[in-house]
Amino acid sequence: MTAQIDAPRAKRIDPKYNRARKSRNNFEMMAWLFMRLSGVVLVVLIFGHLISNLLVGQGVHAIDFGFVAGKWASPLWQIWDLAMLWLAMLHGTNGVRTIINDYAEKDRTRFWLKTVLYVVAAFTVLLGTMVIFTFDPCISETVAKSVAQCGAGA
Amino acid sequence: MWSWVGHRVTGVVIFFFLLVHVLDTALVRVDPGAYDAVISAYKNPLMAIGEFGLVAAIMFHAFNGLRLILVDFLKQGPKIQRQLFWTVMVVWVVAVVGFGARHLTLAFTGGGH
Repeated sequence: MTAQIDAPRAKRIDPKYNRARKSRNNFEMMAWLFMRLSGVVLVVLIFGHLISNLLVGQGVHAIDFGFVAGKWASPLWQIWDLAMLWLAMLHGTNGVRTIINDYAEKDRTRFWLKTVLYVVAAFTVLLGTMVIFTFDPCISETVAKSVAQCGAGA
Repeated sequence: MWSWVGHRVTGVVIFFFLLVHVLDTALVRVDPGAYDAVISAYKNPLMAIGEFGLVAAIMFHAFNGLRLILVDFLKQGPKIQRQLFWTVMVVWVVAVVGFGARHLTLAFTGGGH
């Protein structure tokens, strides 16, 4: 382990090209704090997600449409998954934003990489949110036959 | 330095999986059969090895992230960062072995299928 990886942007960029302008707000500090706060919450949310989906019962073999319908019948798991989606996407997007800022040195490259990142992140968060809020268990015939909510037995 | 490299690499890997995972889960809104078909791919033993790697990455990122928080917020944090790092490695190995034993057994024995 003799290889040394310099800290990003260290030494290689002449100080006169330093892109840091005087910031008028504390966005970067709030982002730093958000990473730590969301990180702690995500450890709980994601470990709970992995335990309930992969460790208990038949593990991954139990997962199918009916399994998802069963979980989202409970508001607890709806809120759990919604919080996990938003926090994980914001945490991950901010992490990748930091990496882009560190390694993409051309202004245009940085701008376009971050634009793509934000578009993909917004699409994913909105798609996931829409799926959780508009999920309909009755589109599955198997579920529809057994759940009163879908008119089974009526 | 290596824990910092590991944190970045695992973070990026987890982020890309998350994008795919939201897309595959979104199929529950479209068609139950399509969702079941895609999820059955996750039950194949080869994928189980990939899932094992992913969960190992998640656990490293989680435990090392908690270590970063302790280093940042504890008064004694920076002084004990090396001990914390080895604690993270021990907890990580134990957790990964435990998860691997359970998940890979399920995957390779078919879990009753």
